[in-house]
Amino acid sequence: MLQQSSYQFSYRRCREQDLPDAAIAHHPVVVVGAGPVGLTLAIDLAQRGQSVVLIDDADRIGEGSRAICFSKRSLELWDRLGVGGRMVEKGVVWSVGRVFHGDSELYQFNLLPEDGHKMPAFVNLQQYYAEAYLVDRVQELPLIDLRWRNKIVGLEQHNDRAILTLETPDGSYRMTATYVVACDGARSTVRGLLGVEFSGQVFEDQFLIADVRMTAEFPTERWFWFDPTFHAGRSALLHRQPDDIWRIDLQLDRDADSVEERRPDNVRPRIERMLGHSNFEFTWISIYKFQCRRIDRFIHNCVIFAGDAAHQVSPFGARGANSGLEDAENLAWKLACVLKGSASQSLLESYHIERSAAADENIRESTRSTDFMAPGTKQQARLRQAVLALAKDTDFAKRMVNGGRLSKPSIYETPLSSPDTDAWNGGPRPGTSMVDAPVVTGDGQAIYLTDAFIRAGGGFGLLEFAKGAALQLPDQVSSIRVGTHAPYSDPRGLLAIRYDATPGSAYLLRPDGYVAARFRRPTPAAIEAAVSRACGHV
Amino acid sequence: MRLVTQSNFSNPDAAFRLVVEAHRGLTDEQSASLDTALVLILANQVGDLEVLREAIALAKRHLVGDPSVRGAKTI
Ligand SMILES: Cc1cc2nc3c(=O)[nH]c(=O)nc-3n(C[C@H](O)[C@H](O)[C@H](O)COP(=O)(O)OP(=O)(O)OC[C@H]3O[C@@H](n4cnc5c(N)ncnc54)[C@H](O)[C@@H]3O)c2cc1C
Repeated sequence: MLQQSSYQFSYRRCREQDLPDAAIAHHPVVVVGAGPVGLTLAIDLAQRGQSVVLIDDADRIGEGSRAICFSKRSLELWDRLGVGGRMVEKGVVWSVGRVFHGDSELYQFNLLPEDGHKMPAFVNLQQYYAEAYLVDRVQELPLIDLRWRNKIVGLEQHNDRAILTLETPDGSYRMTATYVVACDGARSTVRGLLGVEFSGQVFEDQFLIADVRMTAEFPTERWFWFDPTFHAGRSALLHRQPDDIWRIDLQLDRDADSVEERRPDNVRPRIERMLGHSNFEFTWISIYKFQCRRIDRFIHNCVIFAGDAAHQVSPFGARGANSGLEDAENLAWKLACVLKGSASQSLLESYHIERSAAADENIRESTRSTDFMAPGTKQQARLRQAVLALAKDTDFAKRMVNGGRLSKPSIYETPLSSPDTDAWNGGPRPGTSMVDAPVVTGDGQAIYLTDAFIRAGGGFGLLEFAKGAALQLPDQVSSIRVGTHAPYSDPRGLLAIRYDATPGSAYLLRPDGYVAARFRRPTPAAIEAAVSRACGHV
Repeated sequence: MRLVTQSNFSNPDAAFRLVVEAHRGLTDEQSASLDTALVLILANQVGDLEVLREAIALAKRHLVGDPSVRGAKTI
């Protein structure tokens, strides 16, 4: 009865499997796990000219229903990787959320209240579609060697390399790698092989996830209920996905019998009560408990962890896959630079600094949401009740109601940033991801800053608000010049506003699109110094 | 210490009375709900996390048998 789209791939024996043990193949990077994070990382590395071996123990995707909400930042990243358009086209675009208490609306929020951004605040897209599109992109890139049904079962670390043992339908073989990136998910085998601890908080609360197919006229918004009449005393979430599929998420009792609760006969009446009709069919039902935890160090010699293998959050806030994708974009350029020899290994340490702080933030936010939904003691429940009651007529309490704070990229406090030395009254400060805005090309094409950044080639970019002659830039920095006699113009003036720019101002963007430094009056020497700092040469 | 522990009221008795009176005729359960709402309303009025933290610490100092409070008195 339960059906799910799935994509099947085939295992192919590779030549390396026939090499004698003395001649085992060496690879600069092996990415373990072709989930959203591993796929994205491999594509980013390949686009930076780095060859990658990507292995996965399965040969299919689309089993189980998981992430649906992909953030603006993830879409901007995927756009740079050539798949953003496809994700948005298939996905359901949304930015408004409503929160109800009982049957009345408490408040609504809009995650992207302004125009002039290429990407929406969020799209809802089944994770299997996202993965399938990423696999399609992987197949266009000859630098990626994707091997299905290659399961990592052994890992030894030596000074300058790791030796991996892989199991395939044809038996096992070995390879060596300068770097191994573990993107093998929450149950990471690599973590186990290295004996790395994964600690944090386990939540006892159970949540029922049902994906149902139906035609409905609900707006494409995120609806969240506390204590609705159709599911008294608990919370509920409704979200639209492509293909007339709706995600329903119902909080259950802590001691609910998960086997019983998962039976369609028991789920059906719950959903009927919620929807007020029975014109739907299930495409997926499962019951989840959540954990919030992370590993201590994201880097263990030549093994680097990313995505769920490094951190796990509760789903309220859509921070799981989205933060894993941010890991991938953070790591890709650094690893490519180190392997090319244009940065020292110390650049990688900033991956740990930046992304472990982001993991802490995501864990904190998603823990707060989960705690709000499932208070632990009687008085904690009373506090929540009071907030919900006060929220009907006060702003302060509305803002305490926490039905999930949706994923936003972290602002990095990082040694790679050059601190501001000029005065700014806005604009993204160093450590912040770039803010999009419309720009127009010399031949009158209306595009966005994120497009201009992609066209600049994926390295460092200098967003320069033209005044007089163009600056002399170091080799590894491409120019994105905006102004009257420059390649781009800003007719609506939105770019200048969003960057608090005056003529002559400039922002140095890292290859992952984060601001490294900004200047009111940039000089070649200052830019050079900021680039060097952003490459880890302090 | 940012928390004010000197009296802010010119008539402290009236202030105490006002809070006590608010509970007249309420069941314990209702009283607990009232206090809970008051805490949130007043916390927002204070609008300062540091002051709130100090207030919580002060309140906890006189809590009986709370394992998280160092130096808590037990009777
Ligand atoms: C109900 C639910 C809803 C969610 N909703 C959202 C959401 O809306 N937004 C969001 O951002 N996130 C959401 N998430 C979280 C999201 O699904 C995960 O964070 C995401 O899948 C993590 O991606 P990953 O690539 O790190 O790991 P995974 O997707 O788990 O991929 C790991 C890969 O590694 C492979 N692998 C495992 N072991 C080995 C091995 N030994 N050798 C080789 N390969 C191996 C696996 O086959 C798999 O392909 C949700 C999760 C759940 C459960």
